[in-house]
Amino acid sequence: MTVHQVNPGESKYAESARNFRSNVKRDLANAELRGNFRGAMDYLMDKRKNAFPDSDELETLREQCKLIKQRCLAKLPHLLEQLEDNLTKNGIKVHWAETIDEANGIIAQLIKDRNGATVVKGKSMVSEETALNDYLEERDIECLEADMGEFIVQLAKEHPSHIIIPAIHKNKEQVADLFAEKIPGFERTNDVDKLINEGRRVLRDKFKNADVGITGVNFAVAETGTLCLVENEGNGQMCTAVPDLHIAITGIEKVVEYLDDVPPLLSLLTRSATGQAISTYFNMITKPRQQDEKDGPEEVHLVLLDNGRSQAFADEELRQTLQCIRCGACMNHCPVYTRIGGHAYGTVYPGPIGKIISPHMLGLEATKDLPTASSMCGACGEVCPVKIPIPKLLQRLRQESVKPKGDGAQVMKGQGSNRSTIEAMVWKVWSLMHSYSTIYRMSMWFGTRLRGLMPKKIGVWTSVRTAPKLAPKTLHERVSARNKQAAKKIRKQGNQHGSR
Amino acid sequence: MTILNSQHLRNYPVNPKKVYLYGTCLADTLFPDSGMDAITFLEQQGIEVIFPMGQTCCGQPAYNSGYQEEAKNVALAQIREFPLDIPIVIISGSCGGMMRHHYLDLLKGEPGITEFCDRIYEFTEFLVNALKIQLNDKGSPEKVALHTSCAARREMGVHITGQKLLAQLDNVELVVHKNESECCGFGGTFSVKHGDISGAMVNDKSDSLVEANVVRYISADNGCMLNINGALDYKKEHLRGEHIASYLLSRVNDSSGEG
Repeated sequence: MTVHQVNPGESKYAESARNFRSNVKRDLANAELRGNFRGAMDYLMDKRKNAFPDSDELETLREQCKLIKQRCLAKLPHLLEQLEDNLTKNGIKVHWAETIDEANGIIAQLIKDRNGATVVKGKSMVSEETALNDYLEERDIECLEADMGEFIVQLAKEHPSHIIIPAIHKNKEQVADLFAEKIPGFERTNDVDKLINEGRRVLRDKFKNADVGITGVNFAVAETGTLCLVENEGNGQMCTAVPDLHIAITGIEKVVEYLDDVPPLLSLLTRSATGQAISTYFNMITKPRQQDEKDGPEEVHLVLLDNGRSQAFADEELRQTLQCIRCGACMNHCPVYTRIGGHAYGTVYPGPIGKIISPHMLGLEATKDLPTASSMCGACGEVCPVKIPIPKLLQRLRQESVKPKGDGAQVMKGQGSNRSTIEAMVWKVWSLMHSYSTIYRMSMWFGTRLRGLMPKKIGVWTSVRTAPKLAPKTLHERVSARNKQAAKKIRKQGNQHGSR
Repeated sequence: MTILNSQHLRNYPVNPKKVYLYGTCLADTLFPDSGMDAITFLEQQGIEVIFPMGQTCCGQPAYNSGYQEEAKNVALAQIREFPLDIPIVIISGSCGGMMRHHYLDLLKGEPGITEFCDRIYEFTEFLVNALKIQLNDKGSPEKVALHTSCAARREMGVHITGQKLLAQLDNVELVVHKNESECCGFGGTFSVKHGDISGAMVNDKSDSLVEANVVRYISADNGCMLNINGALDYKKEHLRGEHIASYLLSRVNDSSGEG
């Protein structure tokens, strides 16, 4: 394994995640963007619903897939070794990268070793995570996105706003405008089929001449040394079959133990993601081109990336984050994601999964606003195909981000980043007040008596709502008065009995 | 945690005669009517209702903010107030979810915690599954919507019992509003910490309820109603929410209000 010295820097996503609040303001104000997301999410939720007509089957499958992923994670170090052994036996070279810079360095060197100048890339969120395109571009290697959505996003110089449908933030008119601006000779049309054909025409030429194909991996099977790739456009197959060098990159959590683990996971993945019974293409890559074969790459490599995953792995509760199979159902069903869209998060992975995985990749300091940006509605946990308890993990991340900095073992990078002395004090006082009922009742009594002094404007609350109105008397008081009255009645009756 | 239908999963008490009422802090200072009406309604079913005066708040605000210890102290103080082995009926799915499910995690290892959590029943699930109530609707015909809180739906699985109760009211037509299962955007401290996102959510929710063209919407959670009613008031809409305990009480008694 060759690890190259590169400038160790912070991921570019750390900065954009820090700007979460201003990103949210910007995107909430964009009515067209919000319309695009609302429409797309309603469509995707409907598709998923129709893909699971039998709720008992769904629940059984979710439980099964959760257990598969938990078993595989429980023996992750062992499975990774087994995967490396079997891939190596098959002629696929394995590289380990702890950081995004290491991963990019390995890939750049592999390309350089073969004098590669042009790369076609199938959809890979892990390569977005490492910002591979930027890295290669800086080294004069052209890297073209071959997935239609990624292609659009790349043309627009943007990032994916969704992990499955990267250009979902754009409507067809916006795509047509983009093509008209960037593709010479494009005849402007709003016809979706014509737009896709235009994109395919551009891509087809690039495939023929590319030196290198880069893809992600959906499942890496340890027992057989097989890389599984799920896709709908055939671009993944082109990337893994046409160029002489194929480099796959994935996170360490994608390993599964048995080939038999794949079918249930695949079924849940495609149905949860887009409501498809199965994707149009499912590639299983086990070897480079053999002597008697006419096509396929001469060399196949797999880069296994950590980038904070082992931090999540080390904690039993947080480890559940790694069960994710990247279907995107959590974002499709998230009312926050639907409102703010994927770019506002500033992270590679947006939506609920982004909120729980990004803190491991970027640290809690850069991502401190993410765990709190949830109403804890639980829609994500309800649809998660591998039953990740996302709301529970958000609550845990909130704990980690308000812990005093030096408190106990440091479970996460950036622990305590969201702690404010004032807030901590407020909760202390709140806790005292609600632990001693006499203090509580006195405070509520005074509060309701002073209800006239309640301000009409209370920060952001009253920007879209009127201020809450305190009741003239508390429930405690009213029940107490009622009980006294009842007791009086009983006493009266008792006295009457007594005097008889 | 997905609970599709609470009634298949719980062992409900048979013919309960005596219950505790957990009023919640929101009902205490903002919506005491809902608490009083729940007590009256249960008493009308022949049940003795005890309201422990020492109860304060379930601790959810601190818990959701990541302040475990602070939440724990408050939670322990609640448990001490409910010593008898009788059902604890709670007029909120959200606080219910906290006390029934999250206490197990927050107070792991505390003696008797499982038994305590097992005694927590949300108001509508208690009526339907423990009391097997049959309502006799005396109110005039009207259309209503039902807003179920996220915790009631996804932690307690009691969205179904709310629907069942309204279905028992002969003169009430339930209208399903757009994106019915979507969160109203309250989320406790979320509505303050991320006010603009929360505001966008409650705007959509209140619009969708107005579009349903109903005379009122019913909810079993005061938190959501604080949020949605505030937004409706801000928009100068006439539509308001009513707690299901108050609504049921008014429907089964004479509609003129003399009950």
